[in-house]
Amino acid sequence: MIDKLVMYLQIPFVRYALIVGVLVALCSSLLGVTLVLKRFSYIGDGLSHVAFGTMAIASALRVAAHNTPIESALSATGDMILVMPLTILCAVLLLKTGQNTAVKGDAAIAMLSVGALSFGYLIMNIFPTSGNLSGDVCSTLFGSTSILTLLPADLIVCVALSVIVIVVFVFFYNKVFAVTFDEDFAKAIGTRAELYNLIIAIVTAVIIVLAMDLVGTLLISALVIFPAISAMRLFKSYKAVTVCSVILSVFCAAAGIIISILAGTPVGSTIVAADVAAFAVCWLIGKFGR
Amino acid sequence: MALLEVKDLALGYDSHTIVEGLNFSVNAGDYLCIVGENGAGKSTLMKTILGLREPYGGQIVLGEGLKRSEFGYLPQQSIVQKDFPASVYEIVLSGNQGRCGWRPFYNADDKKRTFEAMERLQITDLAKKCYRELSGGQQQRVLLARALCATRRLLLLDEPVSGLDPKVTVEMYELIESLNKEGITMIMVTHDIHAALTYASHILHIGSDIFFGTRDEYTASEEGRLFTDRKGDQP
Repeated sequence: MIDKLVMYLQIPFVRYALIVGVLVALCSSLLGVTLVLKRFSYIGDGLSHVAFGTMAIASALRVAAHNTPIESALSATGDMILVMPLTILCAVLLLKTGQNTAVKGDAAIAMLSVGALSFGYLIMNIFPTSGNLSGDVCSTLFGSTSILTLLPADLIVCVALSVIVIVVFVFFYNKVFAVTFDEDFAKAIGTRAELYNLIIAIVTAVIIVLAMDLVGTLLISALVIFPAISAMRLFKSYKAVTVCSVILSVFCAAAGIIISILAGTPVGSTIVAADVAAFAVCWLIGKFGR
Repeated sequence: MALLEVKDLALGYDSHTIVEGLNFSVNAGDYLCIVGENGAGKSTLMKTILGLREPYGGQIVLGEGLKRSEFGYLPQQSIVQKDFPASVYEIVLSGNQGRCGWRPFYNADDKKRTFEAMERLQITDLAKKCYRELSGGQQQRVLLARALCATRRLLLLDEPVSGLDPKVTVEMYELIESLNKEGITMIMVTHDIHAALTYASHILHIGSDIFFGTRDEYTASEEGRLFTDRKGDQP
């Protein structure tokens, strides 16, 4: 088994997949605590459905642009050029409706996410990218094996975005803490809470688009929420919880990818299964360990 | 010039006005208690002073060079805080955020203030403890220490003793009084009229009738007598 693993690790594709998987897991766990505690986890869930819809539009455009010069611009990485701004836009919209008490925030999110999901499926039906439609839908929802066929260009985009997410998080760490713990107090002493909420929403959108290829749009929320909730069973300070959820998330992603390669299971669901198992262990330790 | 002057203020929510024609001023060193029936607009007034809500009319003028970032605030405990994984030190430190501006990290001065505030409120030994595992009284001390990091001039307290047992309540009031004697101006929302009459220098009563004046003026006034008598019946 070890021999098999060593053999696989010598293949560049596998190494790329591991790097991308670990980076995506790291980024998605950073904001987990904030999203869970600000009751923003539903935004993450809504956004992932939006990302599915925009993804469908992007592939439809690629079909429509077939045999034209635009096609090359809309290659796999090029999808992100369309998906990213649309998802960020929806993140900002969802945040605004969530703050406006006149419109029920959760109803708006349900509308947007279900709408995007069905609209996306509709578009995929009208402009099928390949003969295997249900296969396409399935891989968008639950993560594709394309994580194992990454090109160096995809790797560079992923590393660059991850670095941006990490730098933004470290830079705004104290402000995010202040705004998450007590938004009213933060505002009262002159912190620009709206601005930091906006930054949180945008970073969430970026993370979701990043993670979409790895675990698929339906399973992204798990990547964001599970490590944070697991870490909260074990640790008591914000810093410790954040560090622990990053370590858990990275470990589960690496384990999930390696298991899926060795056992031939789907990458996304194996990672999420590892996260669920980690949560169960943390819950047990938290309940009986002390 | 007063530290804070409220001129002809109108308050409300969901586009109906609940209080109009509110006029009062707070001078440095005052201890103002805001009293009134439930729903009279006490908390709304406090949030308006803090700039969390827009007034429906009138204005709030800050004097003596007081800046908004120098306000300290002790909020009512919200739901988010109840299960938040944060250490006491992290929470008290976050009180310095107002002075940070774009600066991403806390500096040595902020940390010094944090330790001083924890020392002042006798919670230094709790620094590494988790906030959600503290007793109600300890949690209030932590939030008060955070407010002290934000200000040395004006503290706004929203029902600071709600949910505390009688012994801790008295301790909390004495602590607030001693901070007031050290020169911090206090504005406290409370429905504990006895505490207001014991500790406050000034009283603002809002409701169908509005009264503003010193404590002695309030006890002598029609509103004061009515309100204190009624409250006095309660156990």
